[in-house]
Amino acid sequence: MASVILRHREIPDINKLNIYKKNGGFVAFKNAVTKMQPSEVTDVVKNSGLRGRGGAGFPTGVKWSFIDNKNWPHYVVANADESEPGTFKDREIMESNPFQFLEGVALASYAVGANAAYVYLRGEFWQVAAFLDEKIAEMEAAGYLGENLFGTEYSLKIYTHLGAGAYICGEETAMLESIEGKRGQPRIRPPFPAVYGLYGKPTVVNNVETLTNLPLIIQNGADWYKSLGTPDSAGVKIFSLSGRVRKPGNYELPFGTTFRQLIYEHGGGILDGHPVKAIMPAGASSSFILVDDKVLNTPMDYASVRTLGADLGSASVIVIDDTVSIDWVINKTIHFFKHESCGKCTPCREGTYWMMHLIDRIHKNGHSKADVDLLLNVARQMQNKCLCPLGEFSTMAVVTGIERFSQDFKVVSRNS
Amino acid sequence: MSLAKKYSKEVKQILSKYPAEHKRSAVMPLLYLAQREEGYINKEAMQEIGKLLDITETEVASIVGFYTLYHDKKEGKYRMQVCTDLPCALRGADQFMESLCEHLGIKVGETTADGLITLESVTCLAGCDKAPMFQLQSPDGLEYHENMTVDKTMELIEALKKSGTEVK
Ligand SMILES: Cc1cc2nc3c(=O)[nH]c(=O)nc-3n(C[C@H](O)[C@H](O)[C@H](O)COP(=O)(O)O)c2cc1C
Ligand code: SF4
Ligand code: FES
Repeated sequence: MASVILRHREIPDINKLNIYKKNGGFVAFKNAVTKMQPSEVTDVVKNSGLRGRGGAGFPTGVKWSFIDNKNWPHYVVANADESEPGTFKDREIMESNPFQFLEGVALASYAVGANAAYVYLRGEFWQVAAFLDEKIAEMEAAGYLGENLFGTEYSLKIYTHLGAGAYICGEETAMLESIEGKRGQPRIRPPFPAVYGLYGKPTVVNNVETLTNLPLIIQNGADWYKSLGTPDSAGVKIFSLSGRVRKPGNYELPFGTTFRQLIYEHGGGILDGHPVKAIMPAGASSSFILVDDKVLNTPMDYASVRTLGADLGSASVIVIDDTVSIDWVINKTIHFFKHESCGKCTPCREGTYWMMHLIDRIHKNGHSKADVDLLLNVARQMQNKCLCPLGEFSTMAVVTGIERFSQDFKVVSRNS
Repeated sequence: MSLAKKYSKEVKQILSKYPAEHKRSAVMPLLYLAQREEGYINKEAMQEIGKLLDITETEVASIVGFYTLYHDKKEGKYRMQVCTDLPCALRGADQFMESLCEHLGIKVGETTADGLITLESVTCLAGCDKAPMFQLQSPDGLEYHENMTVDKTMELIEALKKSGTEVK
């Protein structure tokens, strides 16, 4: 099947404007601006079943329809923060298929009536931002961005904005604070960005991969897109496969592909032929899935993965084999979240601190039952009490790791 | 040295990205500009940025403190930031880091005696399929180095020593 997102794998020069154009580039945007009402664009996206690829899986067209049309101007923000451990798809899209992404930003902007869009990239993507700036300039020169596009009233500018090393800025309201020149700490929601966003104005925030789907959806129609996935999860998804597999990498596959197909057919199986022990399907924020044959045969779509007690999220599939102990894994995730907690609310700030303290003690002193119980208790106490989802994320691996892999937390004597 | 003077074109271009009534948004790109000078942001630069954007120096300093890619003191010329987060660690990043420490004779967080390299351990850099990997932060920017070995890394460091200046 031809790629929808990672089209550079078949058309290597698609990052050049003339090659992108030759392959249907900007047809969708031009059609939308010259022949469609903004609400018609939103309707196509609604009907396509496209859901957000940034983690929450919220239906994209529905989100756009929440935009407050009584308050102007509107903004679009492309979320290119890509900081969830195990996620590396947006970087490949922007580096290799930049125009399709930028055309997606333009389509979203037209649909919600935004005349300015910001692409927020994590600070580490310094070179990617410079590259996008060049591509944006090329689009301006070619008349795809700027004033009175295609002879209409519609005008659009796209700007890049670099973060500076803070995972929390991937959370949409923290990102808006960061663009406003403040510390990247989440806002209390509601109000949601569609009502109160950038500079207090209605704003749509979408992930890079979500946006990159748009040109082909507008060009080929909602039914085409729906036909690619499962009833619950339309279209294709990029699975960022990492961990103990032979061939880690990004794989664009239809929703409904099984874990087995991803890991064994595409990922080449496990290093040294070991069995899969656990899967974290959504990066470090995931619950652990305890793997057996049934799990491997499970289709990867939002609903099916939920039946396994986990969320598909951004589909950053971290594979863990039987050479790895789960207590070592949660040591890594706890340190990550302790480091990234923004400190705004007490349960997360204190909770991640205590979890780190306890996991360090557990590793130093052996697994005393009291410490493992306390760790589980701290994590459970944090749940439902944090201001933003990061706090909750930090507990997922801890709780499901201890519950589902209790053998890895058995008491070891102090001097062993 | 005044940023507005030395980089007048860049400052103007940065300010043009944001609505005039929200020029505070320019604080992050201006801090990157200030950091270009010496690899860290000094007090005068914070003062100047504050003046330029009508915010206090304390507010500017709190931004510098919040984000890990801004630095307020001088360290090694290059910051070698090795990812030791979970996906990379599943592919040997911890051993890679240990071995680098041995070769350089420093611990994580320390700087080599010649002031060339500060070795740091960082969280995921979105290159998990190409572990071991690190980014090299220099005053001029950031560069990814992926699918690395200790030998390749030591060669790179030798080259940096010789050139002494820019990353290629
Ligand atoms: C702590 C945290 C980190 C997040 N990081 C990212 C990220 O790096 N990239 C992203 O697209 N969404 C991230 N999100 C989700 C965003 O808040 C938001 O839901 C998303 O950008 C919406 O876009 P979508 O509907 O297209 O998925 C994060 C959320 C949280 C709570
Ligand atoms: S849950 Fe954590 S990251 Fe989120 S606002 Fe509270 S302290 Fe900050
Ligand atoms: S874990 Fe190292 S780059 Fe993602």
